[in-house]
Amino acid sequence: MATVTEASTPHRGTDVITAAKEAAIAAGVMAVLALPLIGFILVDVAGGVTLRTRFGGVLTAAAIVFVGRFVIAMLRGRGAGPIAHLTGLVTRRVAGWGAGRFVGPALVGFAVVLPVLPFSDRYIIDLGTSVLIYVMLGWGLNVVVGLAGLLDLGYVAFYAVGAYSFALLALHFDLSFWACLPLAGVFAALFGIILGFPVLRLRGDYLAIVTLGFGEIIRIVLLNWQDFTGGPNGLSSIPRPSFFGAPIGRSAPEGQTPFHEFVAPVMEPIAALFGGEWGFDAIHRIVWLYYIILALALVTNVFTLRIRRLPVGRAWEALREDEIACRSLGINPTNTKLSAFAIGAMFAGFAGAFFSARQGFVSPESFTYIESAVILAIVVLGGMGSQIGVVVAAAFLILIPEFGRDFAQYRMLLFGLAMVLVMIWRPQGLVSGREPSVRLHAERR
Amino acid sequence: MEYFVQQLINGLTLGAIYALIAIGYTMVYGIIGMINFAHGEIYMIGAFLAVIAFTGLGIIGLTWVPAAIIVVLLIAMFFTAAYGWTVERIAYRPLRGSHRLAPLISAIGMSIFLQNYVQIAQGAKIKPLPPVVQGNIPLMESASGFTVSISYLQLIIILLTVGLMLGFTYLIQRTSLGRSQRACEQDLKMASLLGVDVDRTISLTFVMGAALAAVAGVMITMYYGVIDFFIGFLAGVKAFTAAVLGGIGSLPGAMLGGLLIGLIEAFWSAYFSVEYKDVATFVILVVVLIFRPTGLLGRPEVEKV
Repeated sequence: MATVTEASTPHRGTDVITAAKEAAIAAGVMAVLALPLIGFILVDVAGGVTLRTRFGGVLTAAAIVFVGRFVIAMLRGRGAGPIAHLTGLVTRRVAGWGAGRFVGPALVGFAVVLPVLPFSDRYIIDLGTSVLIYVMLGWGLNVVVGLAGLLDLGYVAFYAVGAYSFALLALHFDLSFWACLPLAGVFAALFGIILGFPVLRLRGDYLAIVTLGFGEIIRIVLLNWQDFTGGPNGLSSIPRPSFFGAPIGRSAPEGQTPFHEFVAPVMEPIAALFGGEWGFDAIHRIVWLYYIILALALVTNVFTLRIRRLPVGRAWEALREDEIACRSLGINPTNTKLSAFAIGAMFAGFAGAFFSARQGFVSPESFTYIESAVILAIVVLGGMGSQIGVVVAAAFLILIPEFGRDFAQYRMLLFGLAMVLVMIWRPQGLVSGREPSVRLHAERR
Repeated sequence: MEYFVQQLINGLTLGAIYALIAIGYTMVYGIIGMINFAHGEIYMIGAFLAVIAFTGLGIIGLTWVPAAIIVVLLIAMFFTAAYGWTVERIAYRPLRGSHRLAPLISAIGMSIFLQNYVQIAQGAKIKPLPPVVQGNIPLMESASGFTVSISYLQLIIILLTVGLMLGFTYLIQRTSLGRSQRACEQDLKMASLLGVDVDRTISLTFVMGAALAAVAGVMITMYYGVIDFFIGFLAGVKAFTAAVLGGIGSLPGAMLGGLLIGLIEAFWSAYFSVEYKDVATFVILVVVLIFRPTGLLGRPEVEKV
């Protein structure tokens, strides 16, 4: 280290000058870009719009870019090497330990005890539920994108199918959440097959636009088919999931026991032990929803990890790597892709059913293209095919807007920026580990 | 019949605008094989610049319409091109050579960023622009009194698009820039070995695509009279659909695809339902791709081991 510092000291002056020069150029470009859009604002006046100037904003933007570019240029010269090395080492370690060794179980353990930790309140558990929904969706999409290598930009369509399946079944046929959950998965998988059958012959990027189009089609139909889906108003008063038949609420319908009475024989002595009292509390439902999505997400994970070892899972990965080789080995590419598509869709359907049960309300607004983009970003930012990476990326992307709550209007701005920066910083994803599932020879350690 | 002709004119106008945007998608795809998801936002920025420039010109008193339109086009093209260049420089160039999905995600992030940037800078409200060009030419009249007409604005849009397409085709086919552009499209590595400045060529591709999108943005602003920060998404998806329909990577394909999408939209809205016009667009895309997997004018893919 010492020699490195010494060697770079003589260049320090020129470093600063070069960095300042680069920063000045960047700031100049920013000023040009900002001049029309930040320097002038359109303001409404009676009968039209007029312009107001805001050149201070242009200077601020240029100054921010100058400082940012200067810091980056200085870091690149010296500090970035070790930093990049260190982060690379850490993420490699995480990937190397794998989901199974240490990090995975630790995370699962943390997720299980989260609701009873002292700092957990309603907000944290709710946030945890949101993150877990995206983790589950990310794992589901990982089957399609990460394992089978199919670029799906309309994943949210299957999420919507699941959500509306449950909502409609529950409202029209009075079925419970637990009866609808598998049905929602089946419907979503069915849609996956219906869509996949004609389009899976297409090459990667054609598939991307067709799936994007399909996502939009589903949304437009939901928006316009008023009689069936409620149109833009959506569907409301969707029943919540029960606890083994006991509804969670202050009181229960005739002939049913509410949850807090149902578990009272067990919980009352425990509560007494801690000197508390056992009774209805609104947080029960939130905790229960949290555990449902945790279980669903873990099922998705275990399913994916196991199916990777089955012939069909191996075929997915082989297909991702080389389609021609697969075909010559007698793998039917269409059926293999279709199975990946259907299974990915099924998990989205489960997640969708959970989503509508949690919200108690669904509307087409929840299923826009941006959701698909976020889910895809989770898979890619996490490092495609990495299960742990999905968790890290989901937490990262869902928590960023939460931290930005204080400056709410900049939330999505930061979100977009973060996506770009993470990609530039680590194009291979936060946790990169495209480990082959099968090796010719046992790994030497 | 008269109704049909009227819809044909409307569809061609819309199609011309889609075609201008689609060229940006198809060129970028052709040269670096990525879907530039931020291109729709570039077009949206062009539209905002149009409103700002027209309003500004109104304030300083330049109201002679032909001059105003030309000045606005130049302003919008210059600044939009600057945005296109910067986006490539920041979000895509560092990712060249990494895996296929990395630039895609970066592009999606860029698109979210630009959309919110404009929303914060200019406000979320719809921006109106008073009609710049008014009046129309009656073409034919039916017995029932329905008059088919083409407005001056529609004429301008169609003629301008045709002119730009011709100029652009000349640029690609005949100039040295076009030659290096086509060389990069065929083989990036080989082109750089033969002394083509690949970085510069790619930058110029983004600049040209953005400038054409800016023209589309100016035209749509004058045509509809209102814009908001969200128009980029749908127009981008439609234009990309047009590029795929025509065969992505093919310039005539993008033009043909744009026109087809515009016509499909106009006729579907006229004869069936306005609500489902986007569904029709995508369904036709799927049907075309099933029978011609590389689009209408796309080269058939040769699979190599």
